[in-house]
Amino acid sequence: MTATDSGERALEDRFEAVVGADQRVEPRDWMPEAYRATLVRQIAQHAHSEIIGMQPEGNWLTRAPSLRRKAILLAKAQDEAGHGLYLYAAAETLGVDRAELTEKLIDGRQKYSSIFNYPTLTFADVGVIGWLVDGAAICNQVPLCRCSYGPYARAMVRICKEESFHQRQGYELLMTLMRGTEAQRAMVQDAVDRWWWPSLMMFGPPDGDSPNTERSMAWRIKRHTNDELRQRFVDMTVPQAQHLGVTLPDPALAWNEERGGWDFGEPDWSELKQVIKGNGPCNAERVERRRAAHEDGAWVREAALAHAEKKRRSAQ
Amino acid sequence: MDAEMTDDHVYLSLAEAGPEPEGEARWAYGTGFTDPLLGVDTALPAGVDGADLAVYCQLLGDDALVLSQRLIEWVTCAPELEEEVALANLGLDLLGQARHLLTRAGQADGSGRTEDDFAYLREEQEFRNVRLVELPNGDFAECVARLLLFATARHALYERLATHPDRVLAAVAARSVKELAYHIEYAGSWLLRLGDGTELSARRMQAALDALWPWLDELFTPHEVELRLGVDPSELREPVLASLAAMIAEATLAVPTAQPRAFVNGRGGRHGVHTEALGPLLAELQVVARAHPGATW
Repeated sequence: MTATDSGERALEDRFEAVVGADQRVEPRDWMPEAYRATLVRQIAQHAHSEIIGMQPEGNWLTRAPSLRRKAILLAKAQDEAGHGLYLYAAAETLGVDRAELTEKLIDGRQKYSSIFNYPTLTFADVGVIGWLVDGAAICNQVPLCRCSYGPYARAMVRICKEESFHQRQGYELLMTLMRGTEAQRAMVQDAVDRWWWPSLMMFGPPDGDSPNTERSMAWRIKRHTNDELRQRFVDMTVPQAQHLGVTLPDPALAWNEERGGWDFGEPDWSELKQVIKGNGPCNAERVERRRAAHEDGAWVREAALAHAEKKRRSAQ
Repeated sequence: MDAEMTDDHVYLSLAEAGPEPEGEARWAYGTGFTDPLLGVDTALPAGVDGADLAVYCQLLGDDALVLSQRLIEWVTCAPELEEEVALANLGLDLLGQARHLLTRAGQADGSGRTEDDFAYLREEQEFRNVRLVELPNGDFAECVARLLLFATARHALYERLATHPDRVLAAVAARSVKELAYHIEYAGSWLLRLGDGTELSARRMQAALDALWPWLDELFTPHEVELRLGVDPSELREPVLASLAAMIAEATLAVPTAQPRAFVNGRGGRHGVHTEALGPLLAELQVVARAHPGATW
């Protein structure tokens, strides 16, 4: 054994001890390269999801049917851009920069949540995204507030608080529509029919088909398996659907007295695979819009840099 | 598993709130509407004509609403994430101003019309905004130029209106003046960066100022209602132009010399005679609301 090996071993032991004791790893601490790479991938994917996720709801900003709803939706879009900023900043503590991550997003080298590759077709979709998509995101993200990597965990605390506002706003919109006209109620049911299965797929593939889960759980980046979180989401959502008066589009949905949870059907995993591969209904359009914004804004960013440089020089 | 999930405090607090969280103060976070004016005396002051005040509130409210709609079109298209946040923020400020002003219009004329009645159920010819705010977006330099021109003029106006005898209008103006000070700061900082950035950005910033400048004067052209209410906007022309000229010079750009755009038989946006850009903007803004007459959202 060489000196470097034993040094490395000691660092690794200390890292394992910190993680094992549920303490936080901070940016200057030693960490295994694979841990760093996993976090960069996950945080970047999360940041990209916030930014791309502005598009489906943004589709209804100009048409929101009351000024109050317009203000709520605009505040939400602003929060999402803010979440993107915190998350890119958390990723930057791991030695990457935002511009590089943006390039990877628009080149298709990094992913974002597949849920945003579905179209928003009526204003009720805004409510259903708040209720189901933000609800699923909360189930996924709340455990991340205790993630082993400090900057990510702290960003998630703030993000989860705001996400919970968004979820309630979505649900309140749906309650209002369900108390409204026949056309409004039909709009809600149609939106639930379209978003239910994609929402269940937000938790990722079944545990048997999720190769990274075990290691991420050992590192305390992930706290629960995909199937555990999916079950928790279904159990939380079914009573809300009943209260709302909508039907979830799953004939297999049934209360299981024995295990105290809801049984539910199998999502169409082959469809999810197609969406992940880039063949979803909106993949190309979502990335193209992000690319266009980035490229159209290049001259603005260059001007800001040039101006900062001039100021720096004249201050010398 | 249960024990491990007990410290998921955010999730639990959400679940505890129950399925119908209406009436919770923090709930519509960032979108508060009634609070800022709570307790403000809504009675019409002596000597102020309700019908005139209602029209005046529409002039100002429509400016804010239409510019807010144009800013909203920037969402997901901004050059940088910081600008996504900032432009949405400015759009929210203007939307909030519009909501207060249009609500006041419905109180002042005794019609009881709501903010949504004004926004969604009026025809294009009934909108009274200046033409500057309805022009299509253009590039980021045009976004900056329009914000700068509008915010500088509106800030100067609201400073004066903060002491208006109508308590509601005065309260809206006092609150908005702080927001508009930030809009000027934001637009001014980009005017400087683009004007004194690269050769390309300077050219684009100058072109944007040149393109929008001819629409500025409409903000200083009095409507008969403004004269009757004693709020003549032509008094703003000189101080606003001086303030703009100073900022433009600092950005190493030239103050445009183009003449104001003419009216149509003496009538412009304030009288419901708009550019071709307003119709499509309103069609989009109003489409869902009009497809469901009488529905509540």
